[in-house]
Amino acid sequence: MADFYSTLTRSPLGKTVTGSLGLPQPASLRRGRTLPERPVALGAIGAAGLAAQTLALLGVDAVDALLDTPETRTTDDEGKARPPAYEQRLGGLVLDATAARTIADLETVRALLRPALRSMGSSGRVVVLGVQPEAVDGVEATAVAQALEGIVRSVGKEMRSGGTANLVQVAGTSAQELASTLLFLLEGRSAYVSGQPVRIGTVGQVPAPEARPFEGQIVVVTGAARGIGAGIARVFARDGATVVAVDVPAAGQPLAAVANEMGGTALQLDITAPDAGRRIAAHVAGRYGDGSRIHAVVHNAGITRDKLLVNTDEERWQSVLEVNLAAQLRINDVLLDPELPGGLSDGGRIVGVASTSGIAGNRGQSNYAASKAGVIGAVHALAPLVAHRGITVNAVAPGFIETEMTGKVPFATREFARRFNSVQQGGRPVDVAEAIAWFADPASAAVTGQVLRVCGQSQIGA
Amino acid sequence: MTSIPRTAVIVGGNRIPFGKAGGAYAAASNQDMLTAALDGLVARFGLSGQRLGEVAAGAVLKHSRDFNLTREAVLGSALDPHTPAYDLQQACGTGLETVIQVSNKITLGQIDSGVAGGVDSASDAPIAVSEGLRKALIKAGAARTTAQRLKALGAIRPGDLTPETPRNAEARTGLSMGEHQARTAKEWGITREAQDELAAASHHRLAAAWDAGFFDDLATPFLRLTRDQGLRPDTSVEKLAKLSPVFGKGEGATLTAGNSTPLSDGAALVLLAEQEWARARNLPVLARIVDAEVAAVDYVGGGEGLLMAPAYAVPRLLARQGLSLQDFDLYEIHEAFASTVLATLAAWESPEFTRDRLGLEAPLGAVDRARLNVHGSSLAAGHPFAATGGRIVAGLAKMLSEKGPGSRGLVSICAAGGQGVVAILEAV
Ligand SMILES: NC(=O)c1ccc[n+]([C@@H]2O[C@H](COP(=O)([O-])OP(=O)(O)OC[C@H]3O[C@@H](n4cnc5c(N)ncnc54)[C@H](O)[C@@H]3O)[C@@H](O)[C@H]2O)c1
Repeated sequence: MADFYSTLTRSPLGKTVTGSLGLPQPASLRRGRTLPERPVALGAIGAAGLAAQTLALLGVDAVDALLDTPETRTTDDEGKARPPAYEQRLGGLVLDATAARTIADLETVRALLRPALRSMGSSGRVVVLGVQPEAVDGVEATAVAQALEGIVRSVGKEMRSGGTANLVQVAGTSAQELASTLLFLLEGRSAYVSGQPVRIGTVGQVPAPEARPFEGQIVVVTGAARGIGAGIARVFARDGATVVAVDVPAAGQPLAAVANEMGGTALQLDITAPDAGRRIAAHVAGRYGDGSRIHAVVHNAGITRDKLLVNTDEERWQSVLEVNLAAQLRINDVLLDPELPGGLSDGGRIVGVASTSGIAGNRGQSNYAASKAGVIGAVHALAPLVAHRGITVNAVAPGFIETEMTGKVPFATREFARRFNSVQQGGRPVDVAEAIAWFADPASAAVTGQVLRVCGQSQIGA
Repeated sequence: MTSIPRTAVIVGGNRIPFGKAGGAYAAASNQDMLTAALDGLVARFGLSGQRLGEVAAGAVLKHSRDFNLTREAVLGSALDPHTPAYDLQQACGTGLETVIQVSNKITLGQIDSGVAGGVDSASDAPIAVSEGLRKALIKAGAARTTAQRLKALGAIRPGDLTPETPRNAEARTGLSMGEHQARTAKEWGITREAQDELAAASHHRLAAAWDAGFFDDLATPFLRLTRDQGLRPDTSVEKLAKLSPVFGKGEGATLTAGNSTPLSDGAALVLLAEQEWARARNLPVLARIVDAEVAAVDYVGGGEGLLMAPAYAVPRLLARQGLSLQDFDLYEIHEAFASTVLATLAAWESPEFTRDRLGLEAPLGAVDRARLNVHGSSLAAGHPFAATGGRIVAGLAKMLSEKGPGSRGLVSICAAGGQGVVAILEAV
């Protein structure tokens, strides 16, 4: 739903008013499973072929990227040197910098970015591929790998008209393993993800990305009655999943509506109940057959009990940590039992929902930030423990997403949070949901232990 | 036709928390509440977009515009619109009678699955115009000239303008149900203390069941009401003893607002299916419907209490099944009034009643009170007339299934018009 400000600034009169006040003009973002309509350019440092192979796998015909050098520049009417220009506006640039090892290589990165950014169309995409800094030898090579992150984060902030820039850091990764991530970053699904590094490792064979990757799979979503959780349920259902929608009994009415819309089932359950994990498994085994197992569990249920720490008592502290952190750890323990009917399947997915507050902290949210940073810690700890079963563990860290939870934020703070990010607007539940579905995709098997911010590159909580 | 025996089983149920008349559901219609209960049931069992054999439900207080109440609720729900539906009405026995009806159709092989239950609103009760006004309006409507029309309307007297609200009264005796029950309570010597004890227990047991999450998979909140509105967890025999009698007169009057069910709003439904059909679809199989019986008494000239029909229905059902009254793990006797339950139990223990009225040699004997209405009943939950059967059947089926295969339960519901609907469930 468009907020008042976005609607106002898109109307001709509003544009003049907000424009003359110097206020940002939020763009209408490309969303969903849509590739850029305009051409995607492909450039590489040295002989790197990973991006080219992956784009070929995805069936994306890329045009050759232009290089800005003194020789390729032209002089305009006023005698100024102009970088080479693309014949038409671009939908995106994929820049394969996996072979960049020297500081001099970074000049090529600049030379590829400059013309592309000048020609970038709306909701454009810059995706830079680099190596994981730990995966290369030598101080300069490591520094160069890290430098790419600085470039991407800055480019993200310079992008206009709903454009995003992200970095994929690989380590022995194949085109098959990269495919789901490159597709996600090029498509409208990543509308609210910008300035972020994503790491991909290697696991061997992975399935190719599909339009409905969850066909016949069971996905459990907690806190599904409203807000982001309802959005997550919708995206999984769109992509073929059978959704088990979980929320507290008191939210039963909207929960039933979500489950019925999705053709899924509703499970009225407080996730802090000691037997919550067992009840989820029993519901799955009972409703979908003894042999059935969960493909993905999304721990989305969460609460806030904001107060300055000086005013926080044990009840406020405890309840937030219980719902946002302790409950999901207990549920994971139960669902990870390979013998339990209705448990998580091998090759399954666990996705947590952290928050930018958990990364940067937030005044009045020490309890909440503790729980959300805890989610991040749990992702890092659990991912390697279950990797041998093909299970991945990841989390999203949403920024400002328009829901009932953020509807409670005071007006001025809310307006500030909405605007103070690279795409100059609040995100939607679907944006968080798309990132979660990308983590949960069977084709994302090589993506684990990651925390992706879905925040439009917010300056708050940075 | 195949001859494989078919078994009708209860898969589960759903109700909305019951509201007080004029309370949380004051602005909701029967159709709103029935649709909400249906959508919650559909979500629980993943039936969205599916076609069921039928949906049978009813309401006791019903607007004439709601002639297709249940079908309209189906059309407004997430079920496949190709699911047939009909209304059925048997006063407070409506809910249980629909269960029997759907179960019989399943057993006969006419359908594989169905939903049964009912809804009632004491807040949105139909109001009828007086007989004088109604006749005048019909005459005016049929008039050909303006003059004739004016003449017809001129016949309306001021007294005719008072609307007729539905009364909780028997058409043939003019007595309210409470007045009838007050007579029965007196006749059986049911004490005020015994009634208040039963009422307090009902509230305490129902509150404990809500606290324990018993209703997590039996109820779906509606319009922000998350528990039964009339439930008073902190009531006590002492508090109940302070209330003044509202039915009956003088010294022996014992029926108070505390030991009589309040007027309520709500809806309750039960999902039934053929056993193998349910198993093939991974649906729970809680309990089978073993048998049912309906009895009616002559409360007009026959000297029997209005709400005593279950006392006749149960012995007939037991005889047919070769069971004794003590062969049950759980008993659910609808608490129209605390004294209804107590008078029914007393009748089964009475040698005179069993000999003179039932024509039996020995009394049925006592019911173990620890097995009776263990999670409370209508006094605490409220009693939206047609919804009570669905509430009781779904809850009992769940309890029996928890007790394990072979556990047996008896349901007994008294109804206006001197009728009683009873049934036996058994966990599978
Ligand atoms: N909205 C944002 O901007 C934002 C930003 C960062 C992170 N998040 C996180 O995203 C998640 C969803 O947020 P939202 O904005 O949709 O919130 P919301 O309050 O709209 O929805 C949260 C849902 O979780 C349910 N829930 C709460 N406690 C539960 C429990 N014990 N058991 C089961 N369900 C329970 C609630 O009933 C509710 O339906 C939360 O974890 C939140 O911390 C939100």
